[in-house]
Amino acid sequence: METFFPQFLQQLINGLSLGAIYALIAIGYTMVYGIIGMINFAHGEIYMIGAYVGLVTLTAIGTAAGYPPWLLVVAALAIAIMVTSTYGWAVERCAYRSLRGSPRLVPLISAIGMSIFFQNYVVILHSSRDLSVPELITGRLFSMDMGGFEVSMSNSRALILIVTVVLMVAVTLFIRHARMGRACRACSQDIRMAGLLGIDVNKVISFTFILGALLAAIGGVLIGLSISKINPFIGFLAGIKAFTAAVLGGIGSVPGAMLGGALLGLVETFASAFLPTEYKDMVSFGLLIVILLIRPSGLLGRPEVEKV
Amino acid sequence: MRETTKTKILKDAFIAAAVTAVLTFPMVGMRLNVESTGLVLHKNFLWPTVAVLVVFLARLVLPFVLIPKVSVPAAWTQKAVDYKKWWLGAFVVLALVWPFTPLGSGAMVTAMTMAMIYILLALGLNIVVGYAGLLDLGHAAFYAIGAYTYALLNLHFGLGFWEALPLAGLSAGLFSILLGFPILRLRGDYLAIVTLGFGEIVRITLNNWDSLTHGPDGINNISKPTLLGYEITRRSRVEDGTTLWQALGIDYNHIYQQLVLYFIAFLLVVVAAFLISRLVKMPVGRAWEALREDEIACRSLALNPTIIKLTAFSLGCMFAGFAGAFYAAFLGSVTPASFEFIESAIILSIVVLGGMGSQRGVILAALALTLLPEFARGFAEYRMLIFGAVMVLMMVWRPQGLWPASRRRVELPS
Amino acid sequence: MSGDAAEAVAKNAAESAPILSVGRLQMRFGGLVAVDGITFDVADKEIYAIIGPNGAGKTTVFNCISGFYKPTAGDIVFDGINIAGRSSHDIAGRGIVRTFQNVRLFRNMTVVENLLVAQHTQLKTGLLHGLLNTRAYQRSEKEALERAAFWLDKVSLREVANREAGNLSYGQQRRLEIARCMITRPQLLMLDEPAAGLNPQETVALDQLIRDLRDTCSVSVLLIEHDMSLVMEISDRILVMEYGQPIAEGTPEKVRNDPNVIRAYLGSE
Repeated sequence: METFFPQFLQQLINGLSLGAIYALIAIGYTMVYGIIGMINFAHGEIYMIGAYVGLVTLTAIGTAAGYPPWLLVVAALAIAIMVTSTYGWAVERCAYRSLRGSPRLVPLISAIGMSIFFQNYVVILHSSRDLSVPELITGRLFSMDMGGFEVSMSNSRALILIVTVVLMVAVTLFIRHARMGRACRACSQDIRMAGLLGIDVNKVISFTFILGALLAAIGGVLIGLSISKINPFIGFLAGIKAFTAAVLGGIGSVPGAMLGGALLGLVETFASAFLPTEYKDMVSFGLLIVILLIRPSGLLGRPEVEKV
Repeated sequence: MRETTKTKILKDAFIAAAVTAVLTFPMVGMRLNVESTGLVLHKNFLWPTVAVLVVFLARLVLPFVLIPKVSVPAAWTQKAVDYKKWWLGAFVVLALVWPFTPLGSGAMVTAMTMAMIYILLALGLNIVVGYAGLLDLGHAAFYAIGAYTYALLNLHFGLGFWEALPLAGLSAGLFSILLGFPILRLRGDYLAIVTLGFGEIVRITLNNWDSLTHGPDGINNISKPTLLGYEITRRSRVEDGTTLWQALGIDYNHIYQQLVLYFIAFLLVVVAAFLISRLVKMPVGRAWEALREDEIACRSLALNPTIIKLTAFSLGCMFAGFAGAFYAAFLGSVTPASFEFIESAIILSIVVLGGMGSQRGVILAALALTLLPEFARGFAEYRMLIFGAVMVLMMVWRPQGLWPASRRRVELPS
Repeated sequence: MSGDAAEAVAKNAAESAPILSVGRLQMRFGGLVAVDGITFDVADKEIYAIIGPNGAGKTTVFNCISGFYKPTAGDIVFDGINIAGRSSHDIAGRGIVRTFQNVRLFRNMTVVENLLVAQHTQLKTGLLHGLLNTRAYQRSEKEALERAAFWLDKVSLREVANREAGNLSYGQQRRLEIARCMITRPQLLMLDEPAAGLNPQETVALDQLIRDLRDTCSVSVLLIEHDMSLVMEISDRILVMEYGQPIAEGTPEKVRNDPNVIRAYLGSE
């Protein structure tokens, strides 16, 4: 019983940093859903590509070349952001744009196709094996002994948390105050009306995909640095979990995605503390089904009224 | 005016080329590889350069070339009824005859048997996706349930294939009803995600419930189907039992067994295709179509959407259960690895390629997508890549599929 | 029932108990009260109209009665059972069917197929009969076609029976929608602006069709309509709504002369 509190604290730290990654990916799902009402199934793959581009960049520069680690991390992030947002943009342009206005299932099937395509694209290019990411961020931010139980937080986890919080604040401010953010909000309320009022809808949608991909890329690079192992299949599971987070928070709602991500991360780490690890993934799938059945509008979403 | 369009085309071409460069140079041009020295980057910028040039030139040239719109011959969509019998007959005769031609090698027969399993799966999914318009991303789960039902019944109770076949279909159908009842009122895309989640839950359970499913190793030594009560294996499983070969007085040959299995699979496909084509014409088939068109109008006419969707969902999953039982019998073993999400995706891409709601399209697409890797060995590596691309391209260019269904209309005689 | 309304119930209600009675119906969407305090009843074989300016909440009342919305308060009693909040298909199964303001046909299905779908709940032969194509199944299908033919004659759509519903003219689509309702053998037919988009001849024909349905099929009719000549012509009683609230109820003559109604339609000054 003595170790309960320190254990709880440790799980809280682990859960929040895991949840931060989910939240970063979930924003991409939720914004796209909010504006064009489709589940961008390939978004998890975009995150995976982000992780790969980051690793390619690190390997290309070479970790032994003597550059300071922070510079390498920044370079990996910068290149990953650039390339991955281009992927995000291109996916929308090629696979979704011409399908706007068709029945709901059509873009969804296209997105699933895109997801399968990207997974195998990376398998063919970089093989399906686990690739190890150099540990650039070592050490711990803190570590303390609490009644025999050690509570600690690694620097890489701390970095994830800090970067995520900064990004969340930035995205929130952007959506609230910037011109493009206002256009996004207008489009998510009524995209046709926004178009009639002179908002360049295509531009807003492209922007949404780019922003989503950007955040996912950052998530991908950071998770690679933190768990130092990536493979082409990390996107599938992370994508579904981030989608769960988006639904949990209320799909279409940006603060909802953040809240949902944090909650899902916590639920998952606490569940894996009690359940056998193999069942860890089942928790989020189960949670997803339960939320959709009980409260499909999520925690912060508005319930949809059916139009007769 | 003319000048501005020209500069615009040039500008567009440059942008497209730049985008292609960003997409391809870091990913295609630089490949990671694990070698003894650690992670190594192989750089080869040939393909990215080619891609950039092709995109650039295409962007320059395309605006000046009129692309003829590909259209289906009118006969394909209109007079389908007239030659329906023709293609059906041809299909059956071909399927029965080809194993006895020089084509009928052991590998080919095995490949065709797998193709039949995929046809069965795709026909089932076609009810759910094509006729009822419900996107099911967890079809492999019901395939798995069917396979494990037979495997477990065979292991624990010694039930034969033919006795277990209806039970496998029933248990898949039962699970689909248990899952479907609460979730079928969800909107289309949510439904898709929930079925995906269910598929993963089933797979994880099969992987970890060691005491029941034997975990990742799966269940082995499952009995093959019998034919007319005779076993088709080399030796009988039971003491002093007779095999089919002993009864016929011929020597056992592995290819005979494969042939028998192929014909059983073909029989299952024929029965399924027949039953489904009847279902579509029945009131329940009309209700599926009406529901796809306008759910609100259906509700205003006292049609219960959940029940109608549930019939489609459970029937479709039942066929997956049959396919699963046959698969278990065919391979003689089942493992959870055979029922991953990618299986569901393959089945879905078959339905999409053939044409949602088109039985003949689905059958053809299943044959094409499962046999192509057999003919083109180099294709195997790119198989899933192509499946993904096919799904996207079909949605963009021909969402109705390669060989769309012609509507079978009920006519009022005048 | 208020004294006012009792007085207005002319001949019909006196003869029989109402088949539908709506009491203090309220529907709010978040903070917006779309409908409040709506109370009326429809007698057997009565033609009852709801009128009012655009946005008065008429269609919302329809959606509540037909179960597409769950009313936030109030009762809807049909055949002695409170159906408020029940699911739409359940309500339709009890004998309340409706048409829609913007016609909702199965546009890619033929006219006759639209009528076959509507008979779904009446066709009781099981799956097995159909799969085996038994006698009973064939008979049931044949009867369904015959019933469809009967209704197509009734709404004069026999010639276009095998055409796709989406290709019909607007007036034909409206008639098909009514036939599709009637083939379910309802007790109460709810028509949401049936005359919208019809030309004068078609409106006259509609007028006759509605009376004919009432007389020969003993169905009660609840309708929303903007065409005043039609409403005044066929309605037994009229409910006038404005801003979600009732402002007048009674016979056409009474409603026509009601100062509140005149104000609502023509403005106060």
